[in-house]
Amino acid sequence: MTSHLMEARGATIRFGGLTAVDNVDMYVDVGEIVALIGPNGAGKTTYFNMLTGIYKPTEGDILFNGASIVGKAPHVIARQGISRTFQNIRLFPALSAIENVMIGRHMRTKTGALGALFKTPPARKEEQQIQADAEKWLAFVGLSGVANELASSLPYGAQRRLEIARALATEPQLICLDEPAAGMNPQETAELNLLVGRIRDAGVTVFLIEHDMKVVMEIAERIYVLDFGKLIAQGTPREVQNNPAVIEAYLGLGADALMAKHLDEGGDDA
Amino acid sequence: MRELIAERLKGVTAKPLFTAGKMTAAQKIGIALLVAAVIVAPILFQGFGQLFMIRIIAVIGLYIILALGLNIVVGYAGLLDFGRIAFYAVGAYVAMWVGIPLAGLLGETLEGWSYFLVLPIGGLVACVVGLLLGLPVMRLRGDYLAIVTLGFGEIVRICLTNNIFGITNGAAGLPGSGDSLAAPAGLAWLRRNVHFTIGNNFEFTFTSNIYWYFVIFALVALSILVIRNLDNSRLGRSWAAVREDEVAAQAMGVNTTVAKLYAFVIGAFFGGIAGVTFSYFQAFVSPESFTFLESVLVLAIVVIGGMGSIPGVIFGALAIQGIPEFIRGFASAGWFGNLSAETVSAISNYRYLVFGALMVFMMAVRPQGLIPQTRRARELLGEYDAIDGHELDAREPGDRANSTRGRA
Repeated sequence: MTSHLMEARGATIRFGGLTAVDNVDMYVDVGEIVALIGPNGAGKTTYFNMLTGIYKPTEGDILFNGASIVGKAPHVIARQGISRTFQNIRLFPALSAIENVMIGRHMRTKTGALGALFKTPPARKEEQQIQADAEKWLAFVGLSGVANELASSLPYGAQRRLEIARALATEPQLICLDEPAAGMNPQETAELNLLVGRIRDAGVTVFLIEHDMKVVMEIAERIYVLDFGKLIAQGTPREVQNNPAVIEAYLGLGADALMAKHLDEGGDDA
Repeated sequence: MRELIAERLKGVTAKPLFTAGKMTAAQKIGIALLVAAVIVAPILFQGFGQLFMIRIIAVIGLYIILALGLNIVVGYAGLLDFGRIAFYAVGAYVAMWVGIPLAGLLGETLEGWSYFLVLPIGGLVACVVGLLLGLPVMRLRGDYLAIVTLGFGEIVRICLTNNIFGITNGAAGLPGSGDSLAAPAGLAWLRRNVHFTIGNNFEFTFTSNIYWYFVIFALVALSILVIRNLDNSRLGRSWAAVREDEVAAQAMGVNTTVAKLYAFVIGAFFGGIAGVTFSYFQAFVSPESFTFLESVLVLAIVVIGGMGSIPGVIFGALAIQGIPEFIRGFASAGWFGNLSAETVSAISNYRYLVFGALMVFMMAVRPQGLIPQTRRARELLGEYDAIDGHELDAREPGDRANSTRGRA
């Protein structure tokens, strides 16, 4: 029955008294570009962390390719085909750009300790292949020219794209981008939009958190909106844009509506 | 986009990390000279009758192997280990337990080879012990791991002292009376045939010390060749990833527990083979060779030399193990006038005081060590403010909960 690539059923996570994600149902289908939006602290990154195994949902289930991934270790989930980037960039800063991407190839390669220690011919061959693949992904995000630069010495926008290259190098089915446009200038953002399109064209489904509404409205095919951990809206960009609940979550209520709500709730006028 | 980046990067010097494995001509000449010095030194010392120097340098060689092993754990994988000497002890005792019966079993024609048979056995047994210890403790990090490994080192030593299972002969050490390890293969022949004099003052005889000196440095060379390969390998990269950002490493599909276990087990192997060699070299082992202070000494070699750096480890072993021993050796040989035995031993015991101060000084002034690995130096000197700055980004509440849990 479930043909979705990723599907969350009643996913909930609590930290002590705080319910960071509250009974969320959502799905992503193969080949889609889906966005997850919401005000600061809405639980978007927490949801990503559940999806990638960093947190275990308190309740509910998350299915990937029809099988539950709840309780699996992050590296196991990564191997099943979910890769991600981080809101606060988490590159390996003292490694070069290409080495960062080569670590993305780790789980798709297999040289063991003996191969590494004795540099056996198969290990050498695989190492060359890892390097070639990493170069390919660097070129894909337009970073070929800086392969040997330290990750930390790259400009901010390039670091974001390097993280995407590293995630793509794991050959994921689903890539989760956590605010990929954060801190980018308009030109970089425009290029990011094109990149996301190319990622999808390369056969990778894209699920992204984004604050930049221009980006979201331009590239997302469907949008989910979280507020205080609850899913308050979903639909096409146009539907979501005109949804009163979304407008309220982002902008607050107008004065008239606030007063009406206040009276509705039976508050006194004092 | 590429033009844009190129423009942004103007003035940023490229650091080609990828060619790190290739040596310059100067480096090659330096290494050739070093190898020549290692080969010629014992011949000169033997010829001129400075026999204690050969032993001291051979022991430095053993410490280089030990520190190379610890360097994999501390330098590459970033795990703090205070109990490394336990694997040295395992190797040393396995040499006695296996070597003595093996020498008897092989009979007179073959018994000299027992060392070379025991060497891999001791290494592998140390690996198994490393695995058994590593499996439960690999979830720990930093200080917690350090405490567990410290405890493990002490447990091993206390077990040996208390003659556990009746096989360690307690504090008296091994071999017990009547047993002995086989003389190494070929030594008798070398002793008989390699003998020459030059002039009146130079007389060379091939002794047991010379034999072990060359065996130890052959092992050092092999260890270096093999460990060098780890640097630019899939495994070595996974260690760098684990060290720099464990969460990101996991998200990239690196099984961090397995990566750390590999470091632990490979490190244990080098401890084990150093132990076997120590046993045969000394022809005697007792628990007092495996105290906590020895673990600290090996750690000091790695830290002061430069974590992750093979030249650093060699230099560290020379400085930490070598200098005090040279001073003691010269003092005993009467180079500083007639000192009593107590004074000599007091001088050598003060070294721990000096090392303590030196460690504190190094951590404050040069945390990357004397000859640092470039990558590690960058990590420790924080040459990446750009990323660190973004670590300050507002994290969601759970993020903090997770990082606390991760540390515990």
